[in-house]
Amino acid sequence: MTNVSVMTFNILSVLPILVLAGFGMIVLFVDILFSKRLGDKNILAYLSLAGIIIAAIVSRGTTPIALYSFNETFVIDNYSLFFNFIFLLSTGLVILISHQYMKRENINYGEYYALILFSTIGMMLMASGADLLNIYIGLEVMSISIYVLTGLKRSKLTSNEASLKYFLLGAFATGFLLYGVSIIYGATGSFNLKEIADFLINKGDVTGPFVYLGVGLIIIGLGFKVASVPFHAWVPDVYEGAPTAVTAFMSVGPKAAAFAAFIRILMTAFGSTHYEWQKIVYVLAILTMTVGNVVAVAQTNIKRMLAYSSIAHAGYLLVALVAANTLGVSGMLFYLLTYVFMNIGVFAIVIILSQRNDGFMQINDYAGLGYKHPLLAIAMTLFLLSMAGIPPTAGFIGKFYIFSAAIKSGYIGLAVIGMINSVISVYYYLRVTVVMYMQEPVREFYPLTISPFIVAAVVISVIGTLHLGIFPSKIMELVQQSILTMR
Amino acid sequence: MVEHSMLNLVALILLFPILGTAVNGLVGKRLKKETVSYIACGSVGLSFFTATLVFSGLLLLPPHERLFEKQLFSWIESGSFKAAAGLQVDPLSILLTLIITGIGLLIHIYSIGYMHEDKGYHRYFCYLNLFTFSMLLLVLGNNFLLMFIGWEAVGLCSYLLIGFWFEKKSASDAAKKAFIVNRVGDFGFALGIMLIFLTFHTIDYTEVFHAASQGNFPVGSFTITMITLLLFVGATGKSAQIPLYTWLPDAMEGPTPVSALIHAATMVTAGVYMIARCNVLYMLSPLTMTVVASIGAATALFAASIGLVQNDIKRVLAYSTVSQLGYMFLACGVGAFTAGVFHLVTHAFFKALLFLGSGSVIHALSGEMDVRKMGGLRHHIPVTYKTFLIGTVAIAGIPPFAGFFSKDEILLESLTYGNLIYWSVAAVASLFTAFYMFRLLFLTFHGKSRVEHHVMEHLHESPKNMTIPLIVLAGLSSIGGFLGIPGAHVMSTFLSPVFSASGHTKVSGAEISVHHGEGNPYLMMVVSTAIALTGIFIAYQMYIKKPELPKKLAERFRFIYRVLLNKYYVDEIYTALFVNPTRKIAVFFWKCVDIQIIDGSVNGIARSIGWFSSNLRYLQTGYVRNYAFYIVVGCIFIIVLAALGK
Amino acid sequence: MVQYLPILILLILAFGFAITNIVLSVLLGTQKPTPEKLTPYECGIDPVGSAHERFSVKFYLIAMLFVIFDIEVVFLYPWAVAFQSLKLFGFIEILIFVGIFLICYFYIWKRGGLEWE
Repeated sequence: MTNVSVMTFNILSVLPILVLAGFGMIVLFVDILFSKRLGDKNILAYLSLAGIIIAAIVSRGTTPIALYSFNETFVIDNYSLFFNFIFLLSTGLVILISHQYMKRENINYGEYYALILFSTIGMMLMASGADLLNIYIGLEVMSISIYVLTGLKRSKLTSNEASLKYFLLGAFATGFLLYGVSIIYGATGSFNLKEIADFLINKGDVTGPFVYLGVGLIIIGLGFKVASVPFHAWVPDVYEGAPTAVTAFMSVGPKAAAFAAFIRILMTAFGSTHYEWQKIVYVLAILTMTVGNVVAVAQTNIKRMLAYSSIAHAGYLLVALVAANTLGVSGMLFYLLTYVFMNIGVFAIVIILSQRNDGFMQINDYAGLGYKHPLLAIAMTLFLLSMAGIPPTAGFIGKFYIFSAAIKSGYIGLAVIGMINSVISVYYYLRVTVVMYMQEPVREFYPLTISPFIVAAVVISVIGTLHLGIFPSKIMELVQQSILTMR
Repeated sequence: MVEHSMLNLVALILLFPILGTAVNGLVGKRLKKETVSYIACGSVGLSFFTATLVFSGLLLLPPHERLFEKQLFSWIESGSFKAAAGLQVDPLSILLTLIITGIGLLIHIYSIGYMHEDKGYHRYFCYLNLFTFSMLLLVLGNNFLLMFIGWEAVGLCSYLLIGFWFEKKSASDAAKKAFIVNRVGDFGFALGIMLIFLTFHTIDYTEVFHAASQGNFPVGSFTITMITLLLFVGATGKSAQIPLYTWLPDAMEGPTPVSALIHAATMVTAGVYMIARCNVLYMLSPLTMTVVASIGAATALFAASIGLVQNDIKRVLAYSTVSQLGYMFLACGVGAFTAGVFHLVTHAFFKALLFLGSGSVIHALSGEMDVRKMGGLRHHIPVTYKTFLIGTVAIAGIPPFAGFFSKDEILLESLTYGNLIYWSVAAVASLFTAFYMFRLLFLTFHGKSRVEHHVMEHLHESPKNMTIPLIVLAGLSSIGGFLGIPGAHVMSTFLSPVFSASGHTKVSGAEISVHHGEGNPYLMMVVSTAIALTGIFIAYQMYIKKPELPKKLAERFRFIYRVLLNKYYVDEIYTALFVNPTRKIAVFFWKCVDIQIIDGSVNGIARSIGWFSSNLRYLQTGYVRNYAFYIVVGCIFIIVLAALGK
Repeated sequence: MVQYLPILILLILAFGFAITNIVLSVLLGTQKPTPEKLTPYECGIDPVGSAHERFSVKFYLIAMLFVIFDIEVVFLYPWAVAFQSLKLFGFIEILIFVGIFLICYFYIWKRGGLEWE
C-alpha cells in the first residue's frame, strides 16, 4: 500500500482538454446566471469560440517524439495533434453555422455549446488514447453528449425519436466494443496498445481465435460510430431528426474521432495481424460505399441524402484503412480534413436556406436557386463537386490519395469498386446542381437572414475546399509528418 | 536593392487584371457602366504602371544579369513531376508585358466608347480583363505548364469574345471554328510539352534551356526536332499560319476592339513569342527552322494575295495580320529572332491602330463593313482618316514609319541567313501588302462617296475616348521604328541576353546559316522602299485615276479573281476533307454507338441502380429492433469470417 | 479450468436447493385458492387500478441525480483508504474532484433540477 506511484503526470499534455472543459462550464454558468440579462445570448457563441481558439493555440505545433503520460494511457504525438486540429476546426465551424439556426429554432440553450465542447473533449481523448479503456471513455464522453444534442429540440417528435434511437443503438454497439476490449484483455493481458502489440509480436500464436474475435467486436463498435454498413441504419433517421446544426456536427467530428481511434487501434496494436482484420474491413468498405451511394440516389430530402453520402464517405475512408500503408493513412487524414470543409460547407448552405421547423429541406425546393441567390448556389456547387471528387476541389485530391493507396497495396479491385461508386455519387450530387440551375422554382424563396457568422463559415469552407484542391502539397507534408511519430 | 524591390512587384502585374475580372464578373451587372469601365481600365492601367516599374528595375541591372525569377508557390508535386508557379522577368517577357498592358490599356479605353450601347457591357470588360491576365500569364510564366495554361486561357477568351454577340449565328459559328481549329494546334503543343518533360525531366525554362545548351543534344537531334515541330504545330494554330490560319478571318465577327487586341496585337503573336522563348531548342534543329521559315514565307505571300481582292474592311486587315505573322515566323525561321520580335512590336502598334481605325469607320457608318459602300470619308471623319493613313503608311513600309524598319530588317535577314527564295517571296508579299492596304485606304476614304443615304445622315466622328487611343497609336506607329534602326539597334541590344545563347554562330555548319549573299542594309532599304512605292502607285492608278480598271482586270483574269475572292477555296476544301467526314463519323457514333450501345448500357445501369436504390430503402424501416438486428447480422458475419480465417 | 470447478459446484448446489424447495412446496402443499388469497396483500386496502402507471419524469430525474452523486461519493472511499500514502497530492486531487461536484450541484440547483413544481 505504501508504494502508490504518483503516475507520469503531465498536465500540459491535457491542456487543450482542460481549456475546453473549463470553457464548457463557463458557458453553462454564464447561461444560468445571466440568462435574463443576456438577451440574444450571442455571448455564449463568442465564449465557445474563444475556448476553441485558445485550445487550438495551446495544441498547435508539432512534437518530435510521442509524449506519453498518465501511466502511458494518454499520448501526444503529431497524429493526435493533427486530429485535435481537425476537431477544433470542425467544432469551430459548427458553432459559426449553428448560432443563427439555434436562435431561429428557439433552442439557443447554453447547454448546446457546453455539450458541443464536451463532445469535442471526448474526440480528443479518442485521438490521444494510448489505451483501450481511455479510448472507450473518450468514445462515451463524445457519444453521450451527442445523444443529448440530437434530442435538443424537445418539442419535435422526430428529434426525440432520433435521440432515443441513437442512444439505444449506440448503447447496443458500445456493448460489442466493450466485449471486444475485454476479450482482448483476456487474450493479451493488457489494455495498453503498445503492450498488446508487443504481446502479439512475441507470443501471438498462443492466443488462438480470441484476438481475432476481439478485434472483430471492436470493429463493430467503432464501425457503428463511423456509420459503416451494416451498422449504419441509425444514420439516416438520426441525421434527419436531429437539429440541422447538430447533424452537421456529428457528421464530421465524431466520424473523424472514430477513424482516429480505428487507425490507432488497428495500426498500432494489431498492425502485426493486419492480414486478418483487413478481410473484415475490406468487405465492410465495399458494402458501405455501395449501399451508401446506391440508396442516396433515391433520396428526395437533402438531409437524408447527405446522411447516405456520409455513409458512402465512410466507405471511402475504410478503403484507406484496408490499404494499411503510409499512403493510405495519410490519405485518410487528408480526406478527413477536406471532409470537414466540404461537409460543413454544404450544411451551412442548407441551414441558410432552411426555414423554421426544418422547412425547405426537399431537393426540389432548391429549384431556381442559381438565379435567385447565385453566390449561395456557386458555393453549394463547389462543395457538391468536391464531395463528388471532381478537380480542382479538395475532394478529388483526397480520393486520389486514397485510391492510389489501395492500388499500391495491391487492392486494385477495391479501388475499381470505389471509383465506380464515385461515379454513382456524381449522379446524386450533380442532381442538386441541375435542380438549382436548370429548373424553374416550384415555390417562392423566402427572404433570407444571413448572419456574418455563417458567412464566415461558408467562406472558410470555400477557401479550404479550393486551397486543399489546388495546393495540396503543404498539408500533405504535414499529414505525412503526423504519422511518423505514431508507432 | 531598389531594382529587386521593383522586380518583386511582378506578381502585381498579374493580380490587377484578375481582380478586375472577378469584380466585373461577379457584381458587374449591378454596377453602373462608368464604374465597370473605371474598374476595367484602372486594373489594366495599374498593371501597365507596375510593368513600367518592373521594366525600369530590369534596366537598372547590368545586361547579363537581366533574368529575374520569382517563385510564387509550389503547385503540383506528383512523383518526379514538379510544377512550381513562378514568374520570369527577362527582356523578352517584359517587352511583351509592356505591349500587352500598354496597348491593352489603349484598347480598353477605346472600348468604353465603342461598346457603350451594348447590353453585355460588364461581360465584355470581364472577358477583356481575363484575356489580359491570361496573356500576361502566358508571357510571364517561368515554365511550359504555365505557358500552356495561359495559352489555353487566351484561346478560351478569344472564343468567348469572338462569340460575344452569340445571338448572331455567324458569330457563334466563327467562335466555334476558332476554338476547334486551335484545338488541333494545342494538341500538338501539349504533346510537345510532354515530350519536353520526358526528355529533360523538368518543364522549367531555365533548366530546360540550360540542359539543351550544354551540348547534350547534337544539332539536328531527332528528339529536339520532334519537340520543336510539335510546339510549332501549336504555334500555327494560335498564330494563324498555314494550314491552320482559317479561323482568324472569321474571328472578325467579334467586336472590333477585340480584333485589335487579341487577333492582331497580342494573342496571335503568342506563337512568335513561344518560338523566340525556345530559341535555344529551335536553333538545335535546322529541319524545324526550315519548316518554320517556309511556312512563314508561304503564309505571308498566300494571305497577302487573298487580301488583294477582299471587300470587307476587317477581313482585309485580318488577312494582312496573317501575312504579317508569316513575316515574323520567316524571321524566326532564319534565326533572326530579334527581327521577328521587333516586327511583333511594330506590328502591334500599327495593326492595333488600323483595327481601331476601321472600328471607328464602322462605328461612323452604323455598322457597315463593306468597302464598296464607303468612299470619300476623309472629310467627314478627319481624325480617323489621318491616323488610318499613318497606319497604312507604316504597314506598307515607307520610311521613317515603324513598319519600314522591322520589315526591312526581316527582308535583309532572310537574304543574309536564308536564301533568295525567301527573300523574293517576302518581297512580293511586301508589294501586295502596299497595294491592298492603299486600295483599302483609297476605297474607304477617297473617291466618290458610295455610302447609302440613310447611313450618311448619321455619319459622325467618333468620341474622344476612341480618337485619343488612335492618336497615341499613330504616334507610336510613326516613331516606333527608331527602336531598331540599323547601326543603333536598341531593340537588338536589349534583347541580346535572351538570344545570346543561340547566336548565329551557334549554327555555323547547319545549312540554314550558309550565306547566300551579304545584303547591304542601305541598298536593301532603297529596294524595299521602291517595292512599297510601286504597290502604292498601282493602287493609286487603279482606284483613284481609273476606277473602272479593277473591274476590267477582274473580268480579264476571271479565274484568278474568283480563286482569290474565294480565298483559294481552302474553307471549302477543309469542309470536304475534314469537316464532312468527321461529321459523318460523328453521326454514325451518335446514332449507332452512342445512343444504342453507350447510352443504352449507361441508362440501363442507371435504371438498375435506381431500382436497387428504391428497393434497398425499404430496409430503412424506422424500427430500432430491425436496426439492432442488422448489427447482429453483421456480428455473426464477422464471427463466421473469424471462424473461416482460423 | 479445474480451478473453476468449486464455483460450478456451488452454482449447482444453490440452484438445486432453491428449485428443490419450490418443487417440494408445490408438490406437498394443499392449494385452495380464493380471490382474497390471490390478492397481493391479504390484509389492507384493495389495490386501485393497475400498477403499470406512468410516473412523472421528475421521479426519475431525482433518482438519477441521487445515483450520480451517490456513485461519485464511492470514489471518496479508496482515497480515504490511501490517504496516508497519497499525501498532499491526493488531497489536492480530491479537493478538485469535490469542487467539480459542487459546481455540478450548483448548476442543477440554479437550473431548477431540484424543484418539484
